[in-house]
Amino acid sequence: MTEKFTTLTGTAVPLLRANIDTDAILPSRFLTRINETGKDGFGGFLFGDWRFEKDEKTPKPEFILSAPEYQAAKILLARDNFGCGSSREHAVWALKGYGIRCVIAPSFGEIFFNNCFKNMVLPVVLPEDAVVGIAAQVDAGHRELTVDLDAQTVTAPDGTTHAFAIDAARKDALLKGLDAIGVTLAGWDKIKAWQDADRVKRPWNYLD
Amino acid sequence: MSQPRTLFQKIWADHEIRDFGDGYSLLHVDRDIMHDLLGALVFEPLDKAGRKMPNPELHFATMDHGVDTDPGRGDETKIPGGKAGVQGLRRKSKEYGIHLCDIGDVRQGIVHVITPELGIALPGSTLICGDSHTSTIGGLGVLAWGVGLTEIEHVLATQTIVAQKPKTMRINFEGAVAPGVSAKDMILYTIGQLGANAGNGYVVEYAGAAIRALPVEARLTVANMSIEMAARYGMIAADDTTFNYLHGRPFAPKDAVWDQAVAYWRTLPTDAGATFDREETIDATKIGPMITWGTSPQDVIGVDGTVPDPAGAGSAEKKAYLERALAYTGLTPGQPIEDTPIDVAFIGSCTNARLSDLRAAARVLKGRKVAAGVQAWCVPGSGLVKRDAEAEGLDKIFQEAGFEWREPGCSMCVSLGGDKFKPGARAISSTNRNFENRQGVGVRTHLASPVMVAAAAVTGKITDIRKMTR
Repeated sequence: MTEKFTTLTGTAVPLLRANIDTDAILPSRFLTRINETGKDGFGGFLFGDWRFEKDEKTPKPEFILSAPEYQAAKILLARDNFGCGSSREHAVWALKGYGIRCVIAPSFGEIFFNNCFKNMVLPVVLPEDAVVGIAAQVDAGHRELTVDLDAQTVTAPDGTTHAFAIDAARKDALLKGLDAIGVTLAGWDKIKAWQDADRVKRPWNYLD
Repeated sequence: MSQPRTLFQKIWADHEIRDFGDGYSLLHVDRDIMHDLLGALVFEPLDKAGRKMPNPELHFATMDHGVDTDPGRGDETKIPGGKAGVQGLRRKSKEYGIHLCDIGDVRQGIVHVITPELGIALPGSTLICGDSHTSTIGGLGVLAWGVGLTEIEHVLATQTIVAQKPKTMRINFEGAVAPGVSAKDMILYTIGQLGANAGNGYVVEYAGAAIRALPVEARLTVANMSIEMAARYGMIAADDTTFNYLHGRPFAPKDAVWDQAVAYWRTLPTDAGATFDREETIDATKIGPMITWGTSPQDVIGVDGTVPDPAGAGSAEKKAYLERALAYTGLTPGQPIEDTPIDVAFIGSCTNARLSDLRAAARVLKGRKVAAGVQAWCVPGSGLVKRDAEAEGLDKIFQEAGFEWREPGCSMCVSLGGDKFKPGARAISSTNRNFENRQGVGVRTHLASPVMVAAAAVTGKITDIRKMTR
């Protein structure tokens, strides 16, 4: 895996609702398309029921991603508990497939949050006031943000800088694009030794 | 004596292979269960690297998410691409030596229904599954949580997972619940009290006399909906009720090893004096039959309650939230929820499709008929649930009432498309999510217990089960 995440500058789109669930981000009926499209093919289904008429193609004019100025959005702004609900990693694939590489919200559904990092999408936690303030600038026509992962900052359109926290391990994985399985298997001897000891302690746990 | 510890802390410590610091650890994963939505895709990293799985015997697979539930169904699915997932998972399960509960096997069913009933999940173990409702299995005293596909790839290849230690919360139920109040009502009430984001970052332990009094299947219902308050894990300490449930199940230990396991399991409940990051108390005596009115499980009221009025919302944001939810569900602010007409009644899902759920619903349905114009479905949680229900004649009761009696699967809970209700229908459902469009485009979902669904199916409108009890 050579893909990395360092800095991102681009249009932000505000979708200021709480509890936007992964069914809304990617409706269930598109999940099995994986067998035709692969992980990269979900961008066209992003927010499917909110974004398109029943034909699944014609944009609904009232949905924000239908507006021309947001077509190339790379950053999404939302309220609390973004990505709650189902564990479908497809929700992250849909965002990424559309071109969104960063979501900024006061809190996230945990499984979604975790899935983002596995796909080089950066979820940024900022206080609600900061998110609402940035969204107001975007609504006023100043839509470009810069996210700097190394510096852990979001620079708003008016130049204000918001610092965000991120765990060192997660940051490192994004910056370096680490192969998680390879890293773990490098320590296989320790896993094997742990299992050998555990087999004595909890023999019922092993089914061979 | 060592420091008092919680149930969660003991299981975490007993599975920690490496501590990376900063709250991250490498944990051993004792069990993984996979479903057809993952298909062959999840095996790609293994295939590409030409690796074997270190412990294929600890992995299980079944078909539930995308399969049709029509009688006589096979690999073909009404949803495009479903068949590829089914056949891909089957092929890979055979190739890698994974236990498969396939279509046509009586053990096939919803992942979180078959995991307990086959004894795959055992107290004090760690279990992952690519489904957010894996929290269900915590009802057996298991540390069980839902993960994304990439994390499953890691578990297949390494039998471990990199996990971030959650904060701990205990929810204490004080007092006993009234007759006619089910586990579903207990958890819906709790989510309504605490909110849909209350458990974010936490592992929740449910405790108190009202929890201890619950049989295992009801405990699974409570733990199931932990994720609906954003808690990735929900747990209930294992006790004699749990051990009696598990004893003799196919993958549970036997004989002397069983005794050894029980002795270990008895050491796991939270020690007296152990502290939690957060404690909440629920007055169980206040819980009645619950029903949701909005588009989040937190939008819940007693069946004798009224729909909230946005005019009374404290903030502009809250007002907008209520307005949006009511616009979607098509209810009037301040109206009583009772007597709202319904189009569809659905009993199924990992929340409420076990034998006890079907028995409870059948007691309501016996000798009654589904109201004219109501589409009513029962989708048993597994082939074993279906078989046992049929042995008791429950299928006849459902069918004579006018319910369709279908094959096991996730069906209308996840609504992958094969099973569909008509757009905009108003549904009462024993499932777990009333999100917009969750059960079909424009479908308005009211979450409730199986007996509340049965009652509404009969009357054609949302009905207080207490008025129907024989």
